Amino acid sequence: MNLLKISWKNIVNKPLNTFLSVILLAFGVGIISLLLILQKQLTEKFNRNIKDIDLVLGAKGSPLQLILANVYHVDAPTGNIKISDAQAVIKHPTIKKAIPLAYGDNYQKWRIVGTDTSYPEHYGCQLAKGSLFNAPFEVTIGATVAKETGLKPGDQFESIHGFDQAANDPESHQHEQKYTVKGIFAQSDCAIDNLILTPVESVWMIHEHHDEDTHKDKEHSAGDDHRHSEEAHKEDVHSGEFHDQMNHVEKHEEENHAGNGEPNGEREVTAYLLIKRTPMAQMMLPSLIKDPNMQLALPAIEINRLSQNFGLGMDTAKAIAILIMILSFISVFVSLYNSLKERKYELALMRTMGGSRKTLFLLIIQEGLLLVLIGCIVGAVLSRMALFALSNIMKENFHYSINNSSVTAGEWLLFAITLCVGILASLLPAVRAFRMDISKTLSNG
Amino acid sequence: MLIAEQLKFAYDEGPSFSFPEIHCGKGEHILVIGESGKGKTTLLHLLAGMLRAASGKIIISGKDLSQLSGSELDRFRGQHIGIVFQTPHFVSSLSVEDNLVLPQFLSGKKTEREMVRAILKRLNLSDKTHSRPSQLSVGEQQRIAIARAIINSPDIILADEPTSALDDKNAGEVITLLEEQASDARSGLVIVTHDKRLKDRFTKHIGL
Repeated sequence: MNLLKISWKNIVNKPLNTFLSVILLAFGVGIISLLLILQKQLTEKFNRNIKDIDLVLGAKGSPLQLILANVYHVDAPTGNIKISDAQAVIKHPTIKKAIPLAYGDNYQKWRIVGTDTSYPEHYGCQLAKGSLFNAPFEVTIGATVAKETGLKPGDQFESIHGFDQAANDPESHQHEQKYTVKGIFAQSDCAIDNLILTPVESVWMIHEHHDEDTHKDKEHSAGDDHRHSEEAHKEDVHSGEFHDQMNHVEKHEEENHAGNGEPNGEREVTAYLLIKRTPMAQMMLPSLIKDPNMQLALPAIEINRLSQNFGLGMDTAKAIAILIMILSFISVFVSLYNSLKERKYELALMRTMGGSRKTLFLLIIQEGLLLVLIGCIVGAVLSRMALFALSNIMKENFHYSINNSSVTAGEWLLFAITLCVGILASLLPAVRAFRMDISKTLSNG
Repeated sequence: MLIAEQLKFAYDEGPSFSFPEIHCGKGEHILVIGESGKGKTTLLHLLAGMLRAASGKIIISGKDLSQLSGSELDRFRGQHIGIVFQTPHFVSSLSVEDNLVLPQFLSGKKTEREMVRAILKRLNLSDKTHSRPSQLSVGEQQRIAIARAIINSPDIILADEPTSALDDKNAGEVITLLEEQASDARSGLVIVTHDKRLKDRFTKHIGL
């Protein structure tokens, strides 16, 4: 027998009251926990990917989309830019480093990105197996790609045109040229985990090749075909008119892969990640962009804007959660207060059996604490379950996973505050128990 | 064992009482009889240290209750005084057994479940060990309440109208049990009541 057992029996004896208090508290704590973890992990992930990239040069479009596509590799690219047009910016003295990125194909929905070795170097990626890509059609793959696809050094695969079509998608086609896996990167917790890296030349070559085919096929594809809509394509497929080349999504090709069909073979890339040498770069570079199809975007500013919008939603959710928690504290208070009224005779009895005022005070405080503690634990479990579900959704849609579910510093603080407020909520009932006049209580019983 | 002399008590805005002297030796049984409003419950609460007397002296087992601080008094009460109330109350969330272990725990004694089970057996209530007190009949509840009062082998047992809520048969059983248990533990027994049925069973009476 101990006091904790009596407290426990007392709260279990009122299952409905206990359930109400615990469930309210669990939801409040759970929502706030979830928000804290998400905020921390997303901020970390965002920052890890930005890693000193000051500017992104790419095709006109939404600057946020440009950043999301080329820094985080989650959105569709905005299109391509000609290398010749980009020279003025990337060779500018205020620019220290320019990392080319060229999109074109995918393998089982994993994006193949044409670049050079400065890209993995910039993120400090280590090789887990094999070597870096060295020649066209050699690839080094991210840790997650390796895990999910089972590719290993020495394996060969054919790519699918487009950046996230699957092989069975009627709007895609397979390239015959095979890629060879040369190595696998160690887990770096940045976007490279989810990418297949190859020299930028691979992307150019594969599409030159393919474009030549297209040109040979001119009688089938009039110039307009390059711009015709997806709906038109679907019609093609539905009508059973299955021409190998006709079924390419030329629209995608035009916008999103870095090959080009120009006879003079002018090279294109999707974007350049720029690292500046001096702060002057931000001020000087925009004036250099003459081509109306090009833009410079600042990752820090775009992500800031994104997280501000995002933060607004977070704040709303937090406010709701805090409201739920306030309700739960009221519920803890009311349930203790009511049970005190019902139980005052038995509390007085405990005094006649040797229990002191302090004993009763502790008994009530403990009951409040137990309720809050159970609420916190259930809340933490709920938030982990939600996180797990969310992580799976994000993994499926963005190849982004939230893996670390350890308790964050913010959460410990949340638990501490919750426990303190829980004690406060049980303080008034406890003080009433402490000050109870046992003679009066027992003579009226 | 218990000495109460020149006890006086007054409620703030109510009646005031002065009580006759009470001397109750070891193993002695005393019936205090009085009509309603004569201050029976007040007297019992004074003797149990639940109320502080305005004047006069209460000495139990050699200790002057007025000399004890609040928490000392709580503990002293738990260890040396057993109280039986008019209507039996229990900690409703605990089982019968736990309710009997409770006085041992609260008074700071070692908890002896074996002893509790032995008492339940003697009361023929073994099958109620794990029941909730609310599942018992009033007679059974009053027997458990008596068991609870004697569990710490107190020097003195105070009973406040222990039979007034019971029919003749149950009243007889309960009073027999109280006398038996008090004799077994060599405790003094003071019963305050207006129940005339008890008059013949005790030799020592005090009228209020």
